[in-house]
Amino acid sequence: MPKLDLKTAGPFIALIVVFIIGVLVNDAFLSSGNLSNILARSSFIGIVAIGATFVITAGGIDLSVGSMAAFISGCMILLMNALMDTIDSMVAIIILAIIASLGIGAVAGLINGLLTTKAKIEAFIVTLGTMGIYRSLVTYMADGGTLSLNFTIGDVYSEVYYGVFLGLPYPVWVFLAVAVIGYVLLNMTVFGRHCFAVGSNESVARYSAINVDRVKTATYMLQGVCVSIATIIYVPRLGSASGQTGILWELEAIAAVIIGGTVLKGGYGRIWGTVVGALILTLIGNILNLTDAVSNYLNGAVQGIIVIVAVYLQRGAWRRD
Amino acid sequence: MSDENNKSLTLSVKNLRKSFGPVEVLHGIDLTLRGGEVHAILGENGAGKSTLVKILSGFEPLTDGELHISDGSGSSERITLWNNAIAEQAGVVLIHQEFNLAEQLTVAENIFLGNEITGRHFLDKKTMQTKAQGYLDILRSDIDPGASVDQLPVSAKQMVEIAKAQAKNARVLVLDEPTAVLTQQESQVLFELIDRFRQDGVAIVFISHKLDEIEQIADVITVLRDGELVGSYPAAQLSKDDMARLMVGRELSSLFPEMPKVPNEAEVVLRVSDLLLQGNSTSTSFELRRGEVLGFSGLVGSGRTALMETVLGLRRSAKGNTGSVELRGERVDFKQLSAARNKGVAYLTKDRKGSGLLLDKGLVFNFSLFSLHKVSSLLIDTKREEVAFEKAIKTFDIRMKDRSIAAGNLSGGNQQKLLLAKILEAEPSIIIIDEPTRGIDIGTKSQIYYFIAELIASGHSLILISSDITEIIGLSHRVAVMYHGQISGVLEGDEIEEIEIMRYAAGLKNKHLEQSGTSNAKA
Repeated sequence: MPKLDLKTAGPFIALIVVFIIGVLVNDAFLSSGNLSNILARSSFIGIVAIGATFVITAGGIDLSVGSMAAFISGCMILLMNALMDTIDSMVAIIILAIIASLGIGAVAGLINGLLTTKAKIEAFIVTLGTMGIYRSLVTYMADGGTLSLNFTIGDVYSEVYYGVFLGLPYPVWVFLAVAVIGYVLLNMTVFGRHCFAVGSNESVARYSAINVDRVKTATYMLQGVCVSIATIIYVPRLGSASGQTGILWELEAIAAVIIGGTVLKGGYGRIWGTVVGALILTLIGNILNLTDAVSNYLNGAVQGIIVIVAVYLQRGAWRRD
Repeated sequence: MSDENNKSLTLSVKNLRKSFGPVEVLHGIDLTLRGGEVHAILGENGAGKSTLVKILSGFEPLTDGELHISDGSGSSERITLWNNAIAEQAGVVLIHQEFNLAEQLTVAENIFLGNEITGRHFLDKKTMQTKAQGYLDILRSDIDPGASVDQLPVSAKQMVEIAKAQAKNARVLVLDEPTAVLTQQESQVLFELIDRFRQDGVAIVFISHKLDEIEQIADVITVLRDGELVGSYPAAQLSKDDMARLMVGRELSSLFPEMPKVPNEAEVVLRVSDLLLQGNSTSTSFELRRGEVLGFSGLVGSGRTALMETVLGLRRSAKGNTGSVELRGERVDFKQLSAARNKGVAYLTKDRKGSGLLLDKGLVFNFSLFSLHKVSSLLIDTKREEVAFEKAIKTFDIRMKDRSIAAGNLSGGNQQKLLLAKILEAEPSIIIIDEPTRGIDIGTKSQIYYFIAELIASGHSLILISSDITEIIGLSHRVAVMYHGQISGVLEGDEIEEIEIMRYAAGLKNKHLEQSGTSNAKA
């Protein structure tokens, strides 16, 4: 029997453990409504975290994703409301907004990428800066309040979040699709290999004829597109955006990536680990809602403990190698 | 020196031996350093100079031998316990090739690093500042003690190191290649300083590859070769040619394969014309012909790697560069290494661990990284990748206990063979290899030489950068020697000979200057 690789299996074992705790805590946990709710909610952080897996694997970090999500939400809502007067078809308006969203995400990622590679500023600083910029822009656009999507469009668009296909909400299918594409891209293509190489040792990558700047910039663009996809399925959920939208998403996304076994300093990344990480984080929130044993206000504390324990176990597994 | 009662010190070692594991690298060295003398230590790369000075200054323990110190009062004391702290207490201070300065701290803070002056509870910054200024004044340096070290040019950093040595009251000052990072003018300033230290009775150990410097400054010259003591001589007795002859004088063994001749009509595959490197004022030109090994010799830092990396697009050429690179008659301007690779030019880096292999990644991952495009369309074909790797293991005789280990767990020689396999997998026709046998055992060295001969026999062309002169002579059809960022001469046929190469490498001879009619004639 092949020996159990804790590094690979760890996150899955943790997921099972958390799941069993959920079952023990409350009967309502296993209801199909609750389970599909968990999956749908985890898809936002999950999709963002898949983008983050690329960035982190290639040795970068992106702190701007939460603000970027809020900014893109705001842009989409303003755009759709504005198009109401000129275009009759609701579906056409929504498609235009989706295209715009993807474009803004890619450009925002490109800016992060170029600032880190061409201007040679540390990714932490660049994205700390853009994080503040997007957050403040969306607050400005909402004039300190909330941007609300026109109800007529909102009714049509809400199908994207609440609609169900083969028993699962659409966001879950999108999450799955992004995960599969992410897996193939990271593990089976030249680009994915290059991400590993750049994150592992930039100098070796350069001497292996890899265009390091291009690879890094591409990971930030990919991250931007992932944020945009998450936003596209997030906007119809509430139909609004404000300065509070997407708060702390960056930390949850990074936490999901780390729980999943990706190495924060780069060089090693795992998409399925990230997916599991996002599920674990959402499950914890859900279980705390269903139990009185631990206050729901301690959600962040429990997540924090999970991240630290996960990394501790991974390091321990390394030592045994 | 600041200290008034500075008696001169004599430090001597007898029959000093040093082993790293089972390998002995210094085989019984005798050496005496006297106050008021500049003692030059001469030897090729790997002769054991750096190890010797590390032992003298207590950074490395000696394996066997005796160490004596006498402080001028006549009594000599045998030292049994010797480490860096004791050595510094005795006044032996080593200034490393790479400086040991805390870049973010100020000059004064660096000078007193580890010897901080404190008031009752806190650092006495004022006193340190004043004292630092005092040391710098003695050195006649205008460096501001409050300046941050990372803002200083290298020559000033070196000055700070020397001031630091003064603060420790150095009586034996060991300088490991101090001029490697200095311009000629800065070197002269350093020499004046060394001269004043000498007059103050300090013993100075000076390591340099530049023979004219040694001739200018040394009182005693000790020559090492392959960890053996060749001898210690009064400097006045040796000419620069003598020095070169004593340093080398090793015979070529059958380590090397028979190299195929280059046909007379062989085309020029790579022509570099008037390429201007960054930080240089004069440009460089050379040609590589099909089926040829063009050796590049020269001292460390003479610009060989910089030249090749500029050709390959790994570095930018200098502003205002008007030179050109032609590949088989076609003009090219590589901006990225991938462009060079796609045109059939590959580069084997000299920094195997830092730039060559991903030490924490697997063997196949490393092997195919430079040539992934060959085994991929939309996705990577891992089967073809494996097959290619299996073939390479056989071709290059890469040995490992287990296929799944990380590249960092291979022995140095096998790492080098993996690296060679990695770049050759891209099927280049022109191969630039930089220090291909550094730090690997003699058996693997020879294997690599035979690979090179096979490549040449099959019509490849090769540029070989090496600091190992025997390797250059054993493999090259022609040898370009670099000095100060310039090719000082291209040697052919009978000219390819150690002492002659050494003359060009040390700047005693320069065909470039002769052609432009500036100066220099004597052989």
